[in-house]
Amino acid sequence: MTNQAEGFQPRIVVFACNWCSYAGADLAGVSRIQYPPTTRVIRVMCSGRVTPGFILEAFRLGADGVLVTGCHPGDCHYISGNENAVVTVDKTGRLMNVLGIEAARLRLEWISAAEGARFARIMTEFTEQVQALGPTALKDTTL
Amino acid sequence: MSHVTMTQNEETRVGVFVCHCGSNIAGYVDVAAVTAYARTLPGVVFAQDNMYTCSDGGLTEIKTAIKTHALERVVVAACTPRTHEPLFRDACREAGLNPYLFEFVNIRDQCSWVHRLEPEAATQKAKDLVRMGVAKARLLQPLEEQEMPVEPVALIVGGGMIGMTAAVNLASRGFQVKLVEREPELGGMMLRLDKLYPTQDDAQPLIQQRVAEVRRSKTIEVFTASTLHAIKGFVGNYDVTVRDREGRLSSFKAGTVIVATGARVFTPHGMYGYDGERVVTQLELEKQIADRRLQIANCNLQPAVSNLKRVVMIQCVGARIPERPYCSRICCTTAIKNALELRELNPETEVYILYRDTETQGTRYEAYYTRAREAGIQFIRYSLDHPPQVGEGRVVVYDELLGAKLGIPYDLVVLSTPLVAQEGAHELAQMLKVPLDEHGFFLEAHVKLRPLDFATDGVYVAGTCRWPSHLEETIAQAYGAAARAATILTKEHVTSSGVVARVDESLCRGCGRCVEVCEFGAPALVEVAPGIKVARVNPVMCKGCGACASVCPTGAMAALHFTDGQVMAMVRAALLNQK
Ligand SMILES: Cc1cc2nc3c(=O)[nH]c(=O)nc-3n(C[C@H](O)[C@H](O)[C@H](O)COP(=O)(O)OP(=O)(O)OC[C@H]3O[C@@H](n4cnc5c(N)ncnc54)[C@H](O)[C@@H]3O)c2cc1C
Ligand code: SF4
Ligand code: SF4
Ligand code: SF4
Ligand code: FES
Repeated sequence: MTNQAEGFQPRIVVFACNWCSYAGADLAGVSRIQYPPTTRVIRVMCSGRVTPGFILEAFRLGADGVLVTGCHPGDCHYISGNENAVVTVDKTGRLMNVLGIEAARLRLEWISAAEGARFARIMTEFTEQVQALGPTALKDTTL
Repeated sequence: MSHVTMTQNEETRVGVFVCHCGSNIAGYVDVAAVTAYARTLPGVVFAQDNMYTCSDGGLTEIKTAIKTHALERVVVAACTPRTHEPLFRDACREAGLNPYLFEFVNIRDQCSWVHRLEPEAATQKAKDLVRMGVAKARLLQPLEEQEMPVEPVALIVGGGMIGMTAAVNLASRGFQVKLVEREPELGGMMLRLDKLYPTQDDAQPLIQQRVAEVRRSKTIEVFTASTLHAIKGFVGNYDVTVRDREGRLSSFKAGTVIVATGARVFTPHGMYGYDGERVVTQLELEKQIADRRLQIANCNLQPAVSNLKRVVMIQCVGARIPERPYCSRICCTTAIKNALELRELNPETEVYILYRDTETQGTRYEAYYTRAREAGIQFIRYSLDHPPQVGEGRVVVYDELLGAKLGIPYDLVVLSTPLVAQEGAHELAQMLKVPLDEHGFFLEAHVKLRPLDFATDGVYVAGTCRWPSHLEETIAQAYGAAARAATILTKEHVTSSGVVARVDESLCRGCGRCVEVCEFGAPALVEVAPGIKVARVNPVMCKGCGACASVCPTGAMAALHFTDGQVMAMVRAALLNQK
């Protein structure tokens, strides 16, 4: 984007589980809570569907941040999918370290269907966090 | 614009419909620009905008376009799939297109409504989202739904008031019921109660009448001193094995399950000098009162309970504290009930209720509290900063309202303790694949939209196993759960979603990771040749969460509708250079 004047507009990929976080994102809309237009949501049935491959592909293609969102512990529609997401995000964080991508560019957040305000707040906070880091610079783009 | 395809030999023909939603979307997003942009995307052979895509007219336009433009995929950019996806899927189905060849792009709830001050950025985001949706749509595959016959039998776990009430109700609708009770006797908690608030009715006639109804019913089969040994299957088709105390197993089929296993009373070991004699729980007091009443009636004895001069009740013992923060709800009304009974047995008995807050909400229960005050029962407020001290013959309490310390001599101290999770709830939850909350009570699918359902189809919950509550509420839940179960039992078939996992057997090496990770028992290893195992997924048991596909090391397991290829296509589309 040609937005030197506006400052750096990060590109953030958000994975949202169908049952909690995607519903929370909808609720932010229903409540008309505003947040920066920096995020692009990809709906998955469960946060446990997200793989390191999805996340790393996003970074390889220049994502400045990736958010994985799911139901709070104990609330996963599939019982333990969000526990798998914890493992995935941990593992991916370590791989990012090797690739020289700051760990702070990847975040895992629990957002329930009732937490529209929380969804919007996390989008805003994460955007600011990634803005502070600047664009992703990969050490080696041939992952 | 429209018919420029053929760049690739068999490019999938995608149609895109961009909704104005009146001004809900069009007020902030340049819908015409998004529609024009959609026409430039690979695969898109047709795009149009609609004032209201979900209206009759809008749906007709989709169906017409499917036919006239030979559309193979349909993308609607509009509100949210959570409310409108079924409608558009049906439109596709009616036009002869497999409903899973439809993709929803959310440009209202997650775009126009949340970027109202930035129309340009909102329009750009809507374009990106449409590009992502189209990228996925091109890779969608037709999916099949499965029809499975329903076994018209209900399994009810727990033979307390609630399990029995649900059983009688379902039997009266003509269904077979299998009722499994862990104890040798039916009845549950109510067997141990004396009177019932808020009416002071006797508990025993009520519960014994229900037991008799169950015993009389020809369609209810009762398994007492028995527990669930194993359950396999899915909505409409469970294989159940029950085990009795001698280890004998019985097996049967069931179409639906109701969990009504109740709760247990917290025993206050080591608190306030609890000894089960001079310091007892409310439940123990109920038994003392009932026993005495029986003795008075039978042998004209001098009733010991009614000789009590002073009784001190302490509320919230082990409840509303950091380690158990919830309110058990039944204890305040139970204390009032038993206090009234003590005064009834002997109007000279003084009863002091030391409380933190009285939880007697609602028209009936607040009146009940007033009645207790009018009956001369003393309410003294304490706080956790100065909990009452139970000493030899005296309870010392700091009265929050008076601001002074009081010493109350007592003959009996009664501790009001909360209902806590039933023993074995955890094992049962794991067996049924349903969740518990942090306190060990069963957790429903949605507190408002699906209060008696579990997220697992065909499994329902009622009674104090869900949370502590009065009979008035738990009995209503029993009728509700029975009605929910009947929605399955009355059907000849259940349809399962096409969004399931599927194994490419040529890639599977039988490692079993998918079997381990699946919470629903859907994948199983089968021996296809001597020593060679592959995973197969039962599509009816599969919930389509995709966890198995995420852990599969070979890529053999595909989470249909959210395949690696489809999700990756969205990731790539999201990050294509933006203008
Ligand atoms: C001291 C006290 C006083 C009360 N007084 C009143 C009152 O005056 N008025 C009022 O409205 N409410 C009162 N209540 C609340 C009332 O008792 C409950 O609302 C009601 O009994 C709940 O019924 P239930 O069937 O859900 O549970 P329960 O009565 O607990 O029945 C559950 C049954 O399931 C069985 N079970 C448990 N686990 C398994 C398993 N794994 N497999 C098979 N079976 C199993 C148990 O053995 C039990 O028989 C009181 C509660 C207490 C504790
Ligand atoms: S399809 Fe959705 S966005 Fe379009 S008019 Fe209907 S409700 Fe509004
Ligand atoms: S998609 Fe989920 S429910 Fe289906 S088999 Fe895989 S892990 Fe089990
Ligand atoms: S995880 Fe993959 S390879 Fe292993 S058994 Fe399951 S489908 Fe086969
Ligand atoms: S469904 Fe939300 S995290 Fe599993």
